[in-house]
Amino acid sequence: MNKFYLSSLLAVLVLALIAWVGAPALPWLFGIVVPYLAVLCFVVGVSRRVMGWSRSAVPFAIPTTGGQQKSFDWIKSNKIDNPSTKFAVVIRMALEILTFRSLFRNTRMRMTPEGRLAYNMEIFLWAGALAFHYAFLTTLIRHMRFFLEPVPWCIQLIENVDSFFRVEISYNPIQFGLPGIYMSGLVLLGAVIFLFLRRVLLSKVRYISLASDYFPLFLIMGIAFTGILMRYFNKVDLIAIKELTMNLVTFKALLSFKVPAGISPLFFIHLLFVSTLLAYFPFSKLMHMGGVFLSPTRNMTANTREVRHVNPWNYPVKVHTYAAYENEFREKMFEAGLPLEIMPEDSTAEEGKE
Amino acid sequence: MADETPKAAQLLAKINYTPQAKQWMDVPVQIRKGMYCYAGNPKSLEYLGFPNARQWNPVEEDWKLPENWQQILHEGFKERLERFRSIKVFMDICVRCGACADKCHFFIGTGDPKNMPVLRAELLRSIYRNDFTTAGKLFGKLAGARPMTLEVLKEWWYYLFQCTECRRCSLFCPYGIDTAEITIFGRELLNLLGLNIDWIATPAANCYRTGNHLGIQPHAFKDMIDFFCDDIETITGLKPEPNFNMKGADILFVTPSGDVFADPGTYTCMGYIMLFHYLKEKYGLKVTWSTYASEGGNFGFFTSHETMKRLNAKMYLEAKRLGVKWILGGECGHMWRVIHQYMDTMNGPADFLQEPVNPITGTKFENAKSTKMVHIAEFLADLIKHGKLDLKPERNDNKILTFHDSCNTSRGMGMFDEPRYVIQNVANHFYEMPANTIREQTFCCGSGSGLNAGENMEQRMAGGLPRANAVKYVHEKFGVNMLACVCAIDRAALPPLMQYWVPEVQVTGLTELVANALVLPEEQERTTDLRGEPLPGMEEADE
Repeated sequence: MNKFYLSSLLAVLVLALIAWVGAPALPWLFGIVVPYLAVLCFVVGVSRRVMGWSRSAVPFAIPTTGGQQKSFDWIKSNKIDNPSTKFAVVIRMALEILTFRSLFRNTRMRMTPEGRLAYNMEIFLWAGALAFHYAFLTTLIRHMRFFLEPVPWCIQLIENVDSFFRVEISYNPIQFGLPGIYMSGLVLLGAVIFLFLRRVLLSKVRYISLASDYFPLFLIMGIAFTGILMRYFNKVDLIAIKELTMNLVTFKALLSFKVPAGISPLFFIHLLFVSTLLAYFPFSKLMHMGGVFLSPTRNMTANTREVRHVNPWNYPVKVHTYAAYENEFREKMFEAGLPLEIMPEDSTAEEGKE
Repeated sequence: MADETPKAAQLLAKINYTPQAKQWMDVPVQIRKGMYCYAGNPKSLEYLGFPNARQWNPVEEDWKLPENWQQILHEGFKERLERFRSIKVFMDICVRCGACADKCHFFIGTGDPKNMPVLRAELLRSIYRNDFTTAGKLFGKLAGARPMTLEVLKEWWYYLFQCTECRRCSLFCPYGIDTAEITIFGRELLNLLGLNIDWIATPAANCYRTGNHLGIQPHAFKDMIDFFCDDIETITGLKPEPNFNMKGADILFVTPSGDVFADPGTYTCMGYIMLFHYLKEKYGLKVTWSTYASEGGNFGFFTSHETMKRLNAKMYLEAKRLGVKWILGGECGHMWRVIHQYMDTMNGPADFLQEPVNPITGTKFENAKSTKMVHIAEFLADLIKHGKLDLKPERNDNKILTFHDSCNTSRGMGMFDEPRYVIQNVANHFYEMPANTIREQTFCCGSGSGLNAGENMEQRMAGGLPRANAVKYVHEKFGVNMLACVCAIDRAALPPLMQYWVPEVQVTGLTELVANALVLPEEQERTTDLRGEPLPGMEEADE
């Protein structure tokens, strides 16, 4: 048992309880005020963070070079991992952000009983991370249907691609339908559980994990779980919810301050989880979403001897000049036959003058 | 080697990769003998003008810190967050995925979980959160924050000097978080309190004063080179006459001074001398050495950005004074990190130099056109490609070679194929180590970034384990008996490492191999290589 993940789990359960108990009594608070504050917090917080990073200088060009440099035309250079043009940097960054390329390199080290070190490909973290992020993105895009009327064709297309096992019988006497099952929701829940288990079961990862690593995982787990519950098991009043979300996005909610009746408390738990995630985002490691774009080891060109990088705060420093050096060692240099700027006899003459 | 250093088998048996079932903040630091370097000599600190120069001992309770040390660190931290976006971003975005954990040679060699790169950075992040973030201030330990205490400071010092700034972890990090950057920054903070190690502080002071890390004065430096010329005469029958501090030379040559003072680097140094002799005789190329800028390696890099700049400045100053066209750099690791990624920014623009062109082949070194400094491996590769060197690779036939990529020329430069091209043209037996241990995934020698002292031998042998393990593999599989490298620290650090893990393998520099194969105009028939060992087929003649 670990107090870090227990405290995180507890925090998420308390959030659920608050929404469960509080929302029926104060729907305007949980349905309107909290979401607005959360979005505000997210937008302001993320912008401040990113602006804070941008304000800091980039004094040196320090790309990590992961391949052959560009030197001679007869040596093939690695244009992506050792990018010498801006375009190549864009490719490198795109691959990093869209495919987690560095993580794809991951290996697992183990030592054989004979004391030999072996490095094997380790693809699970990469696969889990990729599944998690893309499932999250797809889910997010799908949810745009709650904020747009009419629902654009592209979102419907994504829904169709994402869903399987849709059964619809619209024969007049029997009207029967099962909603399509969205892969993204299931993958999201599965991936987030995988990432959690990894943290708990791998001793090294457990050792480094903080409460702030478990908390967002539980939160996202909660979001995915309540979402799945609402969709497949404990159906909620979608019409009422869409009315609320449309009111939120068109700011009508600010005027009327009314939450449509009949929305299940389960939805408010879901909404409070999402609001918490949004508000928590700028103050947490989740900011890696923005930070990855600004990482100087990845987003700079590596042609550092070809093009001079300018340090905005470069300042003059005290150096040991050749003159001072020769002054100290002149006699010895003379005897060793090393060339001199000032001969020993001239230097004593000069000293005499002073 | 210190007697207390455990034997190889003991060291291997000690490694346990499963951390204690605790949270890392609850595990106190233990500064253990053999795993740390002695404190910086106060005289060296004074010479460089560093604060809080005093005698102190890391294992004693009292570190003799200034009264307001916490404030100094806090201010220093704050200032650097504004100066370095890298630090600010790296402090904020790590998700602790653990991909870097088993990429560090010190973790692989010691099993100490605080050598996982993520944790080395967390040591600093925990303070950052406490001092500079809302979440840290509100939630304290739950958000991974903790206040700065003497315990924490000792932990910083201990683990920041168990990182060689090799950047291997950075390669695998999905956000490119670079522990080298964290260590450089952390050491810079420690230096504000006069916390350094002597193997860095004293060489840095020496480099500043005399131009080289051992503090050898100019006349003695020249003597050493002359001495090599005598050796070369014995082997080849020709006595080169290298130029020193020569005005109007074509090229200024700067290499780490380690090559001048210690075997087997000395053979690489002889190689340089022979190469320049050859180029002078054959093509009239004038290369000069400098006693003033006689250190390529930059111990300032392990101290602070400012010290790095102060030491590096000599190269351009000397090139300007001598009026050379461009600068050629010898085989060195971190020297090349500094040249490739810092020098032009810090001490440039070098508009008094010319864009480097190889006067013999006419090749323009486009990739060096701003910094105006070319790596000797690039220079050699170009000469060989154009058939400008008269080579007898069979002279290296008794050497079964593999190549160790230096961390800095790999992940801070990307020079992989030039040295390999050179090796394959001057020797006939070359085998690569396993793919996960070379090129951009190369492992550090375990002694980089100023850690190749004598008192931390256990640390060095542990840190070098992954490298040695890969050498052992090719030794057993292909009979490799010679490990080639392009780094002076490697040439100092790898021989004891090989002695410890794979005693049958020796270490050589690239230019030594070239010089062995290089046929000088009018040389006598050679019977030995530069080390005085009989050449293949000459075992009899040597008798």
